[in-house]
Amino acid sequence: MFSYAATIALKDITAAARRYPLVGMLGWQDVRQRYRRSALGPFWLTISMAIMIGTMGVVFGQIFKIPLTDFLPFLSAGVILWSFTSSIVNESSTSFIAAEGIIKQLPIPLFVHILRTIWRNILIFGHNIIIFPLVLLAVEKPIGLVAFISIPGFILLIVNLTWIALILGVVCARYRDLQQIVGSVIQVVFYLTPIMWMPNLLNDRVGLYLIDLNPVFHLFEIVRSPLLGQYPTTTNWGVSLALALIGWIITITIYGTYKRRIAYWL
Amino acid sequence: MAIIEFNNVCVDFPIYNANSRSLKKHLIQVATGGQLFASQRGSIVVRALEGLTFTLKDGDRVGLLGHNGAGKSTLLRLLSGVYEPSSGSSIIIGEIGSLIDISLGIDPEANGRENIFLRAGLLGIKKSDISKQINDIIEFSELGDFIDMPLRTYSTGMHLRLAFAVSTIVCPEILLMDEWLSVGDEGFRHKAEVRMSKLVQSTNILVIASHSRELLMNTCNRAIWLEHGKIRMDGTPHEVCTAYFD
Repeated sequence: MFSYAATIALKDITAAARRYPLVGMLGWQDVRQRYRRSALGPFWLTISMAIMIGTMGVVFGQIFKIPLTDFLPFLSAGVILWSFTSSIVNESSTSFIAAEGIIKQLPIPLFVHILRTIWRNILIFGHNIIIFPLVLLAVEKPIGLVAFISIPGFILLIVNLTWIALILGVVCARYRDLQQIVGSVIQVVFYLTPIMWMPNLLNDRVGLYLIDLNPVFHLFEIVRSPLLGQYPTTTNWGVSLALALIGWIITITIYGTYKRRIAYWL
Repeated sequence: MAIIEFNNVCVDFPIYNANSRSLKKHLIQVATGGQLFASQRGSIVVRALEGLTFTLKDGDRVGLLGHNGAGKSTLLRLLSGVYEPSSGSSIIIGEIGSLIDISLGIDPEANGRENIFLRAGLLGIKKSDISKQINDIIEFSELGDFIDMPLRTYSTGMHLRLAFAVSTIVCPEILLMDEWLSVGDEGFRHKAEVRMSKLVQSTNILVIASHSRELLMNTCNRAIWLEHGKIRMDGTPHEVCTAYFD
């Protein structure tokens, strides 16, 4: 059963990977379409995000009484990563639905539409990440070589987000109510994960326990902490790797089983 | 070499937002479209195609006939690999080219050149191949300097000419069409006709859905008449057309 589903799923995934020029083109087209005929284009995103980070930094820095030198880099890295993660999860629920026209006309591997969502958001992330070095400059915080460790971390984050996007794309194509649920869950996760607040603000054990149970926290730590000059813990890496492994096994089973039904659900 | 083998193929569409209680439990035959069922689990199912068994080989030029909702488009989608049969088995060997919706994927804000690459990418044509042929495509479409303008500035005819020029550079082994493609004004139409005929000649298997008797008689060597998702008749265009139109 698993091997049959896995063959179908992996065949589609490799066929999609071979169509990478198409993925690249569609992803770029999405970004350009949104900002065509505007002078600054996608940099509008960067500007609005920079303003948001600046405002939140000052307000919450005051409330939590943390020096901006520590808080701003933490906040900006977190918010940029969060906007990347949450847009992928949000948009993936409509990946197949939005591509209905293509799916019903051309036999293109379905995973292409998931990769398109991921690639589009990587491009937007590329625009937003510019804010981070600027913040470091502003608060005069040096960046160390440790920061490079965030690159494998980022890749692992994407690997995880890809299976989440794929499974949500499939399930949301069938059950349309799920889209709304996904939206609300994302909001809850935003408050549960240390993005606006620093984990060391929690001093009781229950709080720390809750953080450790949150997989999103571990996924963020493997990217964010090297950027802030710290090494991620083995737990962070362990949880992220395990999540990727288990997630992909489940996703491949489900995708392989229901792939042929997706066109019928649209 | 191309071959298409269908064995007892059925296609059922589940309809999730219809109220199953409003339909009687048993089968209801409708005037147009497939057959509506209430499945055992209580949801509504439209049976678009039922029990299709046929084999298409090299050299077959097949015309699909039938009223609206008889299942012609669904069958074309099944052949293109977009849908997989709900039950039964289908074997399709050969590269498939579909000229069903030639304007699909066109971005009105992008210019002609970008749209050529976009459309070609969707059809699975390599970028290097397009780069080599781009001048031919532009010349064929007769768009001149408009090729560097956004597509929203094009007239409907120009739009179709571009879509046609890109979509017909493929040479698939199995060609699927929904009615004969004919675009543009008098001069262009002649050129398009020549290219279409060449394309049809070079393909191994052609499947075309049409309501035109003339087209079926001239282009096809086999005709399949679909009714309510089932094959009503399968034979030479002459036999089937006589039965269908008279």
